[in-house]
Amino acid sequence: MSTDTPVKSDVEIGAYKYGFHDSTDFYAFKSRKGLDAEIVSQISEMKREPAWMREFRLKSLEIFESRPMPSWGGDMSELLFDNIYYYMKAANEQGKSWDDVPEDIRRTYDRLGIPEAEKKYLAGVKAQYESEVVYGSLREDLANQGVIFTDTDSALQEHPELFREYFGTVIPPGDNKFAALNSAVWSGGSFIYVPKGVKIDFPLQAYFRINSQNMGQFERTLIIVDEGASVHYVEGCTAPTYSSDSLHSAVVEIIVKRGARCRYTTIQNWSNNVYNLVTKRAMAYGDSLMEWIDGNLGSKLTMKYPAIWLMEPGARGETLSIAFAGDGQHQDAGAKMVHCAPNTSSRIISKSISKNGGRSSYRGLVKVHKDAVNCRSNVVCDALILDPASRSDTYPYIEVEEQNVAIEHEASVSKIAEEQLFYLMSRGLTEAEASAMIVTGFIEPLVKELPMEYAVELNRLIELQMEGSVG
Amino acid sequence: MSSEVNGASGAAAGTVAGATGSVLRIRDLHVSVADTPILRGVNMQIRQGEVHALMGPNGSGKSTLAYALAGHPNYTITSGSIEIDGVEISAFEADARARLGLFLAFQYPVVIPGVKVADFLRHAVSNIRNPDRREGEGLIGMREFRKEIRDRMTELGMDHEFARRYLNDGFSGGEKKRMEILQLAMLQPRFAILDETDSGLDSDAVRVVSEGLAKLSGPQMGVLIITHHERLLEFNRPQFVHVMLGGRIVETGGADLAHELHARGYADIRARHPDAAPEPTHTTPAAAV
Ligand SMILES: Nc1ncnc2c1ncn2[C@@H]1O[C@H](COP(=O)(O)OP(=O)(O)O)[C@@H](O)[C@H]1O
Ligand SMILES: [Mg+2]
Repeated sequence: MSTDTPVKSDVEIGAYKYGFHDSTDFYAFKSRKGLDAEIVSQISEMKREPAWMREFRLKSLEIFESRPMPSWGGDMSELLFDNIYYYMKAANEQGKSWDDVPEDIRRTYDRLGIPEAEKKYLAGVKAQYESEVVYGSLREDLANQGVIFTDTDSALQEHPELFREYFGTVIPPGDNKFAALNSAVWSGGSFIYVPKGVKIDFPLQAYFRINSQNMGQFERTLIIVDEGASVHYVEGCTAPTYSSDSLHSAVVEIIVKRGARCRYTTIQNWSNNVYNLVTKRAMAYGDSLMEWIDGNLGSKLTMKYPAIWLMEPGARGETLSIAFAGDGQHQDAGAKMVHCAPNTSSRIISKSISKNGGRSSYRGLVKVHKDAVNCRSNVVCDALILDPASRSDTYPYIEVEEQNVAIEHEASVSKIAEEQLFYLMSRGLTEAEASAMIVTGFIEPLVKELPMEYAVELNRLIELQMEGSVG
Repeated sequence: MSSEVNGASGAAAGTVAGATGSVLRIRDLHVSVADTPILRGVNMQIRQGEVHALMGPNGSGKSTLAYALAGHPNYTITSGSIEIDGVEISAFEADARARLGLFLAFQYPVVIPGVKVADFLRHAVSNIRNPDRREGEGLIGMREFRKEIRDRMTELGMDHEFARRYLNDGFSGGEKKRMEILQLAMLQPRFAILDETDSGLDSDAVRVVSEGLAKLSGPQMGVLIITHHERLLEFNRPQFVHVMLGGRIVETGGADLAHELHARGYADIRARHPDAAPEPTHTTPAAAV
């Protein structure tokens, strides 16, 4: 299926920059700005990668260079590829000092109640999360069951065959310009393999695996859930993530084999200068279940449409996403469901909140291939607009090549929340209390799917967004 | 507060002899919606303890008056005044008015998904009973609140399960109206406006709502009942009945005026006030039934 590029390709761009220093002193290696074959080769060399990966990167670079910028989605005119450092390797984990972190960022972390160790990690002060040792025994337990949970660079070194079998098979470099970029310069990310029949009954958190030296910018995540296995992976953090560069372009590939289940939860909150362009796709095989739960806050522009390709009969896919667009932000988010086999079902629930002139767009595709009979798909998108300066749009694409299918699409869009506000205020709630209550209620369906600590943090973060004191 | 009736219009309400307490006074109120004038000089005076009925054909402006009193931001007061005990409130936000003791039971209660009835109402009760409460300060005690809301629900024949449901989400028409009355019971306003709380209900539900209101109202509450039906007024006998036509109150009388209107419709009234609004020239929204 990988040659069958969907009409609108999955694109994700993310960039982040938050004016605190990225002085070269702290890096053992830093590529020069911009991107060319020499830099890509250098990255591969620094990582001591096998030749096939270097070739893969170079080929990806060619694809990246040959593709035009997408003409749809958000405004990327200020995104300058030549002005970015594509690879940095920290000299040591004490790269930056906590004292160098701007006051307002520290205050935000305090208000969120982020633990000390984690704060330092978030602020880029530490490359390694100190609590890792805490999870040591847990990891051992997983390892005994044959579970592999490591960073993607280590996986390439330690599990070369498994890695090569799946890497780039779900999202080939030619999929879209930003997938090609990531394929050329990727670094870090998570690698998970869950063997047949192994069910992991607690969420695997990205915190576990923060042992790679440079986090973030061009992450590459690969998850393989073997037959009958199940896993819930939770990524990211709800605190603002600051980085010195303004493009975040990750790729997440997931393979969910027959009868397996995978849930992937992301809550991201980028600083306001970041272009967040992410390609996420899962292939779901017979009778499996794939779920994306995706929360997007912050960034300047987010373009992210987690996709599920339902490859064999009985496969199910669900996407639950929420976007919060504040001042100067554009969240262009949605989902894609591609029904390639009969008796497959999908559900998309998308919620967006726009405030203070923010703009959120739902962009979704439901595609049903010929002969994929008896498919059902249900799409619900709700937009909450909190003031007249803000905006919401819906772009639902439906492409059906088969008659015998049931597709429902409901959109309650552009609903200015003013009637709800007035109703609550007429009961004595202040405007701030009323809008916080409406927003909290609006995101409730997502929040209740989150692990407890994420739910609490997300709620707190939304409260701060509502006060306008974050980002 | 002086009890004199503004002499500018014969449509202003009289007062019940001996009534004391707070007064809600509406003087020569003009209200526009999206720059279209709807109310064209409404006068009314409601004292605590009084029951007033407001009647009139669809589209005559009854809900507009209700929204304008409650402080809906889209209902612009272009002239005139609304006072509670001499305090001009027409520039106040809806929440400030609520804290002064004004309550509107909505004709179309708003659905708020994800917000639990109990959570919302505990907040509302805390603000109303402690008008100086600042954001973030403690709410009314959970136990005390829970007992109270359960008692009120029992009285209104509501399943206690409602407290845990999302506000009006998936409620039937009757359930929504009962929820309005529950809120009225919990917030104990000085002035309650009920906008067609009885319409769209079956006769059992009308009885529950009517009895509920009758129990709640009393010397501490001034009530303005907007209705097309007699039923609600049987349980809550008005001292004053006002008839609205074309954005003005054209007649005010006693309870028998309501009977007359029910028996004969608005034709006579229209005939007596030919220049008020012969027939609505605009299309009345289908929902305004
Ligand atoms: N939000 C609104 N937008 C536009 N017109 C409105 C709005 N609310 C009321 N109106 C108009 O004002 C007039 C009075 O309506 P309303 O107050 O609802 O009457 P009633 O409650 O007596 O049936 C009608 O012509 C109606 O169409
Ligand atoms: Mg009405």
